[in-house]
Amino acid sequence: MELTTVWFVLIAVLWTGYFVLEGFDFGVGVLLPFVARDEAERRTVIASIGPVWDGNEVWLLVAGGATFAAFPEWYATLFSGFYLPLFLILLALIARGVALEYRSKSDHTRGWDRAFFWGSLVPAFLWGVAFANIVHGVPLDASHEYTGNLFTLLNPYALLGGAATLTLFTFHGAVFLALRTQGELRATATRLGRQAGLLTLLVGGVFLVLTQLDSGRPATWVTAGVAAAGILAALVATARGRDGWAFTANAVAIVAITATLFGNLWPDVMPALDPANSLNVTNAASTPYTLTVMTWVAAIFTPVVLLYQGWTYWVFRKRLTVGP
Amino acid sequence: MDALDLSRWQFGITTVYHFLFVPLTIGLSLLVAGLQTAWHRTGNPAYLRLTRFWGKLFLINFAMGVVTGIVQEFQFGMNWSEYSRFVGDIFGAPLAMEGLIAFFMESTFLGLWIFGWDRLKPRVHLATIWLASIGTAVSAYFILAANSWMQHPVGYRLNPTTGRAELTDIWAVLTNSTTLVTFPHVIFGAFVTAGAFMIGISVWQLARGRDVALFRTSARLAMVVSLVAAVGVAVSGHWQAQIMTEQQPMKMAAAEALWEDETSAGFSLFAVGDVENGRNHVNLQIPGGLSLLATNSLDGKVEGINDIQARYQALYGPGDYRPIVGLAYWSFRLMIGFGALAALLALAGLWFTRRGRFPRNPWFTRIALLGISLPFLANSLGWIFTEMGRQPWAVFGLMRTSAAVSPGADVLEVALTLVGFTLVYAVLAAIEVRLLIKYVRLGPEPETGTEPAEPLPALSY
Repeated sequence: MELTTVWFVLIAVLWTGYFVLEGFDFGVGVLLPFVARDEAERRTVIASIGPVWDGNEVWLLVAGGATFAAFPEWYATLFSGFYLPLFLILLALIARGVALEYRSKSDHTRGWDRAFFWGSLVPAFLWGVAFANIVHGVPLDASHEYTGNLFTLLNPYALLGGAATLTLFTFHGAVFLALRTQGELRATATRLGRQAGLLTLLVGGVFLVLTQLDSGRPATWVTAGVAAAGILAALVATARGRDGWAFTANAVAIVAITATLFGNLWPDVMPALDPANSLNVTNAASTPYTLTVMTWVAAIFTPVVLLYQGWTYWVFRKRLTVGP
Repeated sequence: MDALDLSRWQFGITTVYHFLFVPLTIGLSLLVAGLQTAWHRTGNPAYLRLTRFWGKLFLINFAMGVVTGIVQEFQFGMNWSEYSRFVGDIFGAPLAMEGLIAFFMESTFLGLWIFGWDRLKPRVHLATIWLASIGTAVSAYFILAANSWMQHPVGYRLNPTTGRAELTDIWAVLTNSTTLVTFPHVIFGAFVTAGAFMIGISVWQLARGRDVALFRTSARLAMVVSLVAAVGVAVSGHWQAQIMTEQQPMKMAAAEALWEDETSAGFSLFAVGDVENGRNHVNLQIPGGLSLLATNSLDGKVEGINDIQARYQALYGPGDYRPIVGLAYWSFRLMIGFGALAALLALAGLWFTRRGRFPRNPWFTRIALLGISLPFLANSLGWIFTEMGRQPWAVFGLMRTSAAVSPGADVLEVALTLVGFTLVYAVLAAIEVRLLIKYVRLGPEPETGTEPAEPLPALSY
């Protein structure tokens, strides 16, 4: 396999890891005001992601860093082009991170809860907007600079993509909460999960069909089908109280959706509306030497990271009880 | 102001702000790991209480470092897309390694440390804080390797077709002489920073008269660490200056307001310059001092600004290759001055706390509290010096800052994000400082008994 292919796949894997892991962090944030009735429940909800959210967010930083190293042109065009949405995402992630760490230490718990809610909702929505635009293509000039503006990005298809990731991550958060809690809290999470799951099936389904009609290819019809089946299976498992299966099925769905998006993208990384200006894995890539170095680094350290992150989830596997 | 100026201000503000939290994270994580090790070894509950007290303050600071670090990862692409295209082949590699090797390590193991008090075996739990702490230092290494490449590009070639810099030797980049001297300087600086933080708060607690035995321990620990680290900062800074004289003579000359090539150049203590005419009105010097520091010889030759400017024009074509001399000169001096004061404070503290004594003088308490700011000022000025001193280059000798900015950068958009980040950062600074003060006032948790096996609640949430 060519190294550029390896790195395209690796970056897809990093985004997949990010969406599967931080996806439920976002969902927990969006659900907080609806799932918890009092301070003790809110504390439990936040404790469910407490030990892991920061490690989950590193998937984004590594996806960014890996894009910079392997496809500098992609990194440069994407982040200078999607300037204001990215600015909003950064502000949201700042507010959210500080809220998670400071809420219990500060006297203004409710204010931090609002920051956590919005800080989760905004990126959960905007990542969908961003990826819908990436897959559909945006106006780029011959030197690969983005020539549109903020409103070019906020087109109906991209907004639907935002709604799709928002509902998907919310469902993911509900399923995760059901898995990590018990009693009243778990029951509420399950109930909200059913609603969020049905919504995801509807909004996500329309988005996937439109995406496939726009840029689909045979292989990604299959992954899109897997995604729909995953969400459906997660819904069924939720209804039957099989929380572990529900979470697994929805995680598979997120993997399949990310695979669909990246599968449609290939071999472009940033298609332009005028195909002559598109960035692809060849013209956006670093030199073979850099890619070789980075392949070795990734081959050695990725398994190590997976091991210790996996171990973290094992350590904190016990369901949480609502404390006094 | 145009998009370039605004982008430069934005990079300066977000980076200096981020680096307020980084050194404290690096230094304090190791001190906390040391305290927990002491508890683990001796079973003395005093060390546990210290671990948890300083650990809480460490976490309040760490959160800010994390969230401001996200901006760092993306702003190269946002505001400096031409730079990213030009250097991505080289600069991206250490950045990606930092994420994969260091960021995962710090964040994952810190999560385990915070929540693992009653879930992990004591020995495993101790290992988590050490791993998190090592992660912070590894992270510093990679980002300094990336920055050092901008100061002194190595291990690359220029592709004549694309006009881009391409990596030819990753080891050359990771063992760049500039990195090797900058890393100890930054790490020792981080220990002075954590030391001053710990000294100021411990001395204040001592003056308050609660838990005096406890805080005498942390005060003495911090004073020794600060003092030893300050020596390390000075020595590594000296190496840096020698390498800088060789690699970036213009920066060194500007730092010294040295206008003409000189043998036996003096070390300037106070100068009033005339940039227009390239000379000083007033210059108070230690004779031969600069030559000695820069070349290890009293009559070594040090290049001056006017001469370098002429040479660079011949080499790189017409242009102004001088940084803002006054800024370089004063940031360099003040960095050294504030650092020296921090060392002096640690030394005075050791004297005041000698042989079981407590500092009772209220003036010393006030000075120690104010002294917390000294290393923060020195760190910030050090970065301002080294980055502003490199101008007009983004990558020394290869790419000018004016050519690095995103071509599509819209003045209004950059202004908006500049104001946005600055406002949010200001609010967060106020919140963070208030929270730190609150937890300093609360003091350490009461003793929970001497059984080390007793489960302890998680540190937060």
